Amino acid sequence: MITDHDIVVLGAGLAGMRAALEAARSGASVAVVTKVHPLRSHSNAAQGGINAAIGETDTWESHAFDTIKGSDYLADQDAVEIMCREAPADVMEFEHMGVIFYRNAEGKLGTRAFGGASQARTYFVGDITGQALLVTLYDQILKAGVKVYEEWFATSLYMEDGRCRGVVALEMITGELHLVRAKAVINGAGGVGRVYEPSTNALICTGDGYGLAYHAGAPLMDMEMVQYHPTTLAGSGFLMTEAARGEGAYLLNSLGERFMMTYAPKMKELASRDVVSRSEATEIAAGRGIDGNVLLDLRHLGPAIVLKKLPQVHEMALDYLGLDMLKDPIPVRPGMHYQMGGVKTDSDGQTPVPGLYAAGEVACVSVHGGNRLGANSLLDTIVFGRRSGKHAAAYVKTVPDSNGGEKLLRSEQNRIADLLARPYTGETHARLRLELAVMMDKYVGVYRDEAGLEEALKQQQDIKKRYAAVAVGDKGRVYNQALTFALELGYMIDIAETIIRSAILRKESRGAQSRTDYPTRNDAEWLKHILVHYRGDKPPEISYLPVTITKWKPEARTY
Amino acid sequence: MKFTIEVGRYNPEGTYADNAVQGEPYPAPWSSSPPRRYQTYEVDLPEHAVVLDALIAIREYQDESVAVRCACRSAICGSCAMWVNGHANLACKSKLQEFTKDGKTRVESPPSMPVIRDLVWDMKPFWDNHRRVTPWLENKPLPPPMQEYVVSNESMEELIQEVTCISCGCCLMDCESFAVNPDFMGPHALAKAYRYAADPRDAETHERLGEYSQHGGIWDCTHCFECVQQCPKGVEPLEQILKLRRMAVDAGYTRNAGTRHADAFANSVKHSGRLNELTLLPKSVGFFNILGQLQTLPSAFNMIRAGKLPPIIHKTIPGVKRIKAIFDRVGGRFK
Repeated sequence: MITDHDIVVLGAGLAGMRAALEAARSGASVAVVTKVHPLRSHSNAAQGGINAAIGETDTWESHAFDTIKGSDYLADQDAVEIMCREAPADVMEFEHMGVIFYRNAEGKLGTRAFGGASQARTYFVGDITGQALLVTLYDQILKAGVKVYEEWFATSLYMEDGRCRGVVALEMITGELHLVRAKAVINGAGGVGRVYEPSTNALICTGDGYGLAYHAGAPLMDMEMVQYHPTTLAGSGFLMTEAARGEGAYLLNSLGERFMMTYAPKMKELASRDVVSRSEATEIAAGRGIDGNVLLDLRHLGPAIVLKKLPQVHEMALDYLGLDMLKDPIPVRPGMHYQMGGVKTDSDGQTPVPGLYAAGEVACVSVHGGNRLGANSLLDTIVFGRRSGKHAAAYVKTVPDSNGGEKLLRSEQNRIADLLARPYTGETHARLRLELAVMMDKYVGVYRDEAGLEEALKQQQDIKKRYAAVAVGDKGRVYNQALTFALELGYMIDIAETIIRSAILRKESRGAQSRTDYPTRNDAEWLKHILVHYRGDKPPEISYLPVTITKWKPEARTY
Repeated sequence: MKFTIEVGRYNPEGTYADNAVQGEPYPAPWSSSPPRRYQTYEVDLPEHAVVLDALIAIREYQDESVAVRCACRSAICGSCAMWVNGHANLACKSKLQEFTKDGKTRVESPPSMPVIRDLVWDMKPFWDNHRRVTPWLENKPLPPPMQEYVVSNESMEELIQEVTCISCGCCLMDCESFAVNPDFMGPHALAKAYRYAADPRDAETHERLGEYSQHGGIWDCTHCFECVQQCPKGVEPLEQILKLRRMAVDAGYTRNAGTRHADAFANSVKHSGRLNELTLLPKSVGFFNILGQLQTLPSAFNMIRAGKLPPIIHKTIPGVKRIKAIFDRVGGRFK
C-alpha cells in the first residue's frame, strides 16, 4: 500500500509527537509511523524533570552557561541559546495542555535541584515527569486528529531527486510493507541504548532513526559522547533518577564516605553526570566499591520526601532488589544512559539531507555537546520537536507531489524475503547483539584508551561480517519480531562503528570521552565536532565542524 | 534456578511446534476466544527473575517465534500486560518464584481481548474506550502569556494517582463488567475521565459528568474490585469511578438508574437498617418504567430458581435510630 501525506514523522515519543502536533497546527497533513504504540515510547522513562529558567531570580543566560559548562564546551552555543530562551514558553505550553506539574505554596510551578545546575530550575511531576508529559501530549495528538500508524517498523527512507520523500515500513500485525510517501520526513525515532549492555534504555532503543538517516546520507555527529548515568540499579541497570540526589541523597563508598566531597567539593553529588560517573568508577577501581557498585543513600530524607517525590524509584528498588530505600542504601553503578551525539541538524531540525529533519535523542543540534545535563533531554525534545514541525510545515509548501517509490517498495520486499529465506548457520541476532553490547560497555565506556578502542573496532568489524549470516528463526508474517530484531541489529552494528571510530579520533578527554592516554582537554586541537558519513562497504568518511562559540569562552571546568 | 513456563501460543497462520498442546476452551463469557495451544519451556534464571526475563530468554535463545511485547522491563511502559496464571499482570513485575504453581507458570493473552499472536493481543477495545471520555483538557481561559494556571499543589496531587497509569490494560482485561457489557467504558478510561473532570483547569467538568453518567459510564461498574487488585501501578480505577459518581450526583445528574439505585440503597438502610431487595430493583429501574421492570423479570425468575429470593416481609432491625444518627452525622444528600 502507498499512502500520501505532507509530512511523515518517525517515532512517537516526545520529540516525534511534538513535531507532529506543531506541523498539524500549521495546516500540514501529518502521519506518525511508530514501531510501538506512542505511550510505550521511551520518553516515558524520563523521571526527574524538565529544565527552564522561569523563576524570578533565574535567567536564560544562567541556564545556557550551565548547559555549556556541562557540555564541556562542545555544545554549539547558538543552539543552546535558542533552547534556553525558548524553554519557559515550551514548559508553560505543556502546563496549559494539562501536565500536573508540582506547585509551590503560591500555586505556581515549583522546582527541584538537579545536577550541574547553578539554580533549582527543574520542573517536575513526582518522579514520572516524562510519562506525565508523554500521556498529555498523546491526548493532544488525539485531539488534533493526527494519523498514527502504530506498530509499523521503518525499514528504509525513500529518497527521490536527492530529497527525503517518505518511509517504507513493515506493518507488524499483517507483515505487509507500505510506503508512506511525503514531502518531508521528521526523524524522532529515539536513542540507541541497546548498543550497550547494560543500559538504562528500553529494549526498543535500537537506534533505528540513526541507522536510517546514516544510510540515507546524513552524517552522525559527536557519536563518541555516550553518557553513563551515575545511578543505575545494580544487576538490572534500571535508572534511579538524579532527582534522588536533587532531593538530597548521598553517594557512599564501602567505607561509608561521601566521596563526592573530594571530587566536586562545591556541587558534591550534584556535579555533572560525567564527573559523578567517573568518580564512582575511580572509587570502584580503587577497591572502595561494593561488588562493583557504590551506595545511594536516601535514609536521611525521610518518608515524606521519598514517598511523595520519589515513589517510583522507591518501588523499583523494592521490586527488583528487595530493598526499602527508607531503611537501606541501595547499590548503584554508572550505566549507559544517553547518546549525546546523533544526526547532525541545525536549530530548525534540518539535516544536510534535504527534506530530512531530526529531533530529540536521535538528533545532534548540538545542545548537549560532551555531556548532557539532567532534565535537559525532555527540554531538547519539546523545543526542537516543535521547531522541526514548524519548519517542515513551511518547507513542504515548496515541494511538488511525487508518485514514485514503487521500485524501492519492491526492493525492500525482496530484501526482507531474502533475509527470511537465509538458512540457519548458528548466528542469531540475540547472541550477536549481546556480544556487541557487552564489548561496547567494556571498551567504550566511562574510561577509554587507544588499545581498548582499537580492540573494539576489530571486534565490531568481525561482528559486522558475521551479521551477514544471521538467520531469522521465525518464518511467519504476523508479528514477526525475530525479523525486526535482525533488522535493528544491522543498524546497531553500524552505529557502534561510528561511536568507536569517533572515540579513537578524539585524542583528548572532554565530557563523556575520558581517554586515560589523553587525560586532559585540548581546546587548541579538539574544540570541534567529529562527523561520520556512511560510505557503503567502504570505511566511513570523517569530517569536522568547528564548535560555535558566542559568549562563553572555554574555561576550566570544576564543580 | 530452573523454571518451567507454559506459553499460550496462538498463530493465525496456523503453524505450531509439535509439542504444543491444545488447551481447553475458555469458560463463558470468553468461550468465543480462539483456543490456544500451550508450549512448555524450561529456563535457567536467577532466583529473583521475573516472568518477562523468562519470556525474553525463551525468545532469544530457544524459540524466536514466541511473540511478546515489551520495552522498558521495569513497569513503566505498559507493554507486557498478559494473563499470568489466569489473572492480569505485567510480566516484568511478576516474580517467577511467586507465580510458580504446581511447578510451572502459565502465561497467555487475556481471553477477554482479541489475540493477534501468542502474547500479543489487540488493544483496540482499550484505546477506543480511552477516546470515548474526551481525554484532553478543555481549557478554561488561558492565563497571561508565560504564566501558569495558579492552582494548589493538592489539586495536582489529587490527579497524580491516575497520571501514574501506564495504559497497560490489566484493569480492562479482568474487568467483570466489561466481560458481559461491551458498552462499558472500562476502569482505565473512567479513571482518565476523573483525571480531566477533576482538573481545576478544565472548563467542561459539568458536561463531562453528564457524558460519563450515561449508559456505559460510571454507573455500569459493579464494584468487583478486580481493577484495584490487578492494577500494577496503584491507580485504583474504582476509587476514581466512585469519586466521579459523587461529583456527578453533586452536579445534579441524578436521573439515571445508578443514582436511583444508590438512593434506594441508602434510604432503605437509613429507614430499616437493612437492604430491602424487593423494592431495590424497581426503585433503581424507576417505578413507572414498566418496560424496564419487565426486562428484569428473567433475572427475577433465575433468582427464585437459585433460591435467592429475598424475604417478602421486610423487617426493621432493632436500634435503627442509631443508624439514622449516622446518616445525620455524615450529612449531605441523605440527611
